[in-house]
Amino acid sequence: MTAAAAELLAVDNLGKRFGGFVALDNISLSVRRGERVGLIGPNGSGKSTLVNCICGTLQNEAGSVTFDGHPLNGASAHQRTRRGLSRTFQLPRPFASLSLADNLRIPLVYTVASRGARQSGQAIEGRCVELLREVGLDAKAKNLPRDLTQVEMRKLELARAMAAEPKLLIADESMAGLTHSEVEEILALLMRLNAQGVTIILIEHIMRAVMSFSQRLVVLVSGRKIADGDPNVVVRDPEVERAYLGQ
Amino acid sequence: MVFSFDLLINAIVSGILIGAFYAAVTAGVSMSFGILDIVNIAHPAFIIVGSYIAYIVNIHLGLDPIIVAIIATPAFYALGAGIYQIYYVSFEKRGQESLRGLAFFFGLLFITEVLLILVFGVDYRYVEAPYIGMTWHIGFVDVPLRILVPCLVSLAMVALLQLLLTRTFVGRAIMAVAQDQLALKLMAVDPIRIKRIAFGISIATASLAGAFLIIIQPVEPSVGREYIGRVFAICVLGGMGSLPGTLVAAMLVGIVESLTSTFYGPSWAPAVSFGFLLLTLAVRPAGLLGR
Amino acid sequence: MRSDLFLLVCLIVGAAIFGAAFALGNDYYFFAGYVVLQYVVLSTAWNILGGYCGYVNFGSAAFFALGAYSTVAMYKLAPLPIPVLVIIGGIVSGIVGLCMGYLTLRLRGAFFAIATLALAVVLQTFVVNWGFVGGSRGAYIIRPEAIWPFGAYIRYLFLIMMLLAIGAITVARLIERSRLGYGFATIRDDELAAEASGVPTLRLKLIATTISGALMGMAGAPFPYYIGFLQPSSAFGLDYAVNSIAMPLIGGTTSWVGPLIGAILLGSLQQIATVTISSAVNLLIVGLLLVGFVIVAPNGIIGLVHKYIQHRPVGGVGRRRVEADATGHVP
Repeated sequence: MTAAAAELLAVDNLGKRFGGFVALDNISLSVRRGERVGLIGPNGSGKSTLVNCICGTLQNEAGSVTFDGHPLNGASAHQRTRRGLSRTFQLPRPFASLSLADNLRIPLVYTVASRGARQSGQAIEGRCVELLREVGLDAKAKNLPRDLTQVEMRKLELARAMAAEPKLLIADESMAGLTHSEVEEILALLMRLNAQGVTIILIEHIMRAVMSFSQRLVVLVSGRKIADGDPNVVVRDPEVERAYLGQ
Repeated sequence: MVFSFDLLINAIVSGILIGAFYAAVTAGVSMSFGILDIVNIAHPAFIIVGSYIAYIVNIHLGLDPIIVAIIATPAFYALGAGIYQIYYVSFEKRGQESLRGLAFFFGLLFITEVLLILVFGVDYRYVEAPYIGMTWHIGFVDVPLRILVPCLVSLAMVALLQLLLTRTFVGRAIMAVAQDQLALKLMAVDPIRIKRIAFGISIATASLAGAFLIIIQPVEPSVGREYIGRVFAICVLGGMGSLPGTLVAAMLVGIVESLTSTFYGPSWAPAVSFGFLLLTLAVRPAGLLGR
Repeated sequence: MRSDLFLLVCLIVGAAIFGAAFALGNDYYFFAGYVVLQYVVLSTAWNILGGYCGYVNFGSAAFFALGAYSTVAMYKLAPLPIPVLVIIGGIVSGIVGLCMGYLTLRLRGAFFAIATLALAVVLQTFVVNWGFVGGSRGAYIIRPEAIWPFGAYIRYLFLIMMLLAIGAITVARLIERSRLGYGFATIRDDELAAEASGVPTLRLKLIATTISGALMGMAGAPFPYYIGFLQPSSAFGLDYAVNSIAMPLIGGTTSWVGPLIGAILLGSLQQIATVTISSAVNLLIVGLLLVGFVIVAPNGIIGLVHKYIQHRPVGGVGRRRVEADATGHVP
């Protein structure tokens, strides 16, 4: 595979302002196919803004995003999802009036279906339950999201992102509030996904999880990227320590 | 269409004067919609109620309508606070404000208008005051006092409101509640209480605006409808919640309406503000002095 | 129940109602029934955009009036049979709905709602100033006295509106059970998350606005023949706007059943009230019911029935699972 083809996501000089406030300042990032990238930074450093710009929820003013060889600038969020870019929201946003199974049905019938063969009703139902089982929610397949705990909602969020069969999954703080064993569970799930070929960007505050998961670590502070490389090297970088870890 | 310089200047002056009045009418919506994000389309109905209250007291006791309105302000404030409480408990808390909250205000608009029809009938009502009927002639410009007086008091009211919002603690809390409820809570200020105060103030302005209206023109229950579009057009055009912006936008709308009415005829006037609104929404939802 | 079977059942019920009205011998029932059926179409149409997608349309009267006035315009040009006029009305209103949607649906729901209000007034102003269709003076439509084989013309109009009502609820039901219906629900629940899941929200919203507008226009097309003399104030009347919002909200916005119940109950109530009390009190009741239901019973009559039957609260909006049909295929 050529170097260009190996690159799945290319973010070039991305800039985003809110009025006078600079949320993202000249961010460049490259993610290779199959990579596991960790993204960390203090609250308010722009991680979620970056995710929003990559995924099309927000429009960036400067720079460009290229995914799988296609420039994304101007593409709407749903078009990006259909190309294989999937994400979870930091605060879970389930479809409140749909059952858990139906929540997963949406990406199946709108994203996966748009890429090719039509699936039968049975196949869709089966896939929904299968995905719920992977995150341990199959018992509540017919419940509404309001019956879920915060932790279960994060799992649903992850399952919904997975249902879209992404090439790149951005997991935005999917582990917040989980117990130690639940964190391990989700990590194992993400590793399995990665083994199946899904590239993953993990945004987390739980350092233990980020360190064990990431092949590469990117650090964002105040809208700027201040480090990008081997996790063990990055955490020892004095600037990173000062800005983020030295607390 | 006869074009004459006199007519043009008069139309512009008229537009500016009416524009100031429009700003007073819109100030309440600037607060409820611009700042609090509550789509109170029933606001014009409350203004009409204010007009009728001014009318009753004026007819029976002879008091100047503006004085009546000032006295009625606390009652309107209480009404606004009460309505917000219902709105909050029924809709905001449940996250239902987009559909049901809107329908709620629409229902209020309707109920108010129909009640007014049942109580007062559809005849036009007007008030009496010494300055109504007088007109100052400055060169070839005619300035009817029945428009000038409300215009000046409107400007005073808007200025007072702006001072309230920028110089007092409550006012700044109101501005803050739109942007950062968490910060307010951390300062031990209850955001719900602030919003209730803000909405109360919003409806209180309707009392005064109603008095201004019935001084400027005779009023009957359905007059409120033509103000719905005007008020939201000006609010959006003025940048949603910015009172200075609202004033500028109101004058702009007033002038264009006046010119349209003078040179093309009054039957086209309603289309002006509503057309403005559609255009603004389509092209630049952030308004002229956008946020 | 499969959709073609549903349609058959509706047609049978419709025929039975028509026959019953015939048997009663008093044409008043056809006049009153026409209005109720008109409201079935209007509230079902409104609910497609309002209840399913969560976008409130305050300008139902505008789309209704567009249908009515396109009939008037055609009447002045060349007389056409009513079914053709209905289609024309639907096309005109559908296109206007599409254009307006394109301009405003990228905005938040609140702005869209206000824009619909503005549209209604702008359209009314244009019509009032358009002499060709009579402007503010109004336009006369000469209605034939009778038409074979129905007898009085009103019976023919009633039949047309009955077919339109059946069509409207069939369309609504089809949408609910399809992928489109799920898409609409996600738009209502969380548009941002919908986009992130691959739902083309703008496209779906435009589809909803077009279908909704078209149905309203179809409901308006026969109106000039019903009323004989059309004025802008009656075509653009606020009672159309209020009723098309109140009926689905009172009946229940989650499915096609809600607007149907709301239209039949509220519509009949109003027909009785207009005759016995004044029409102003009648509208007051509608307004009070609207506010009351929205505060106390947000899921409408359907919601209340669910609560009563199942002894547990329905979620934010209950949804039915899509059933695979006989071939295991999800439509």
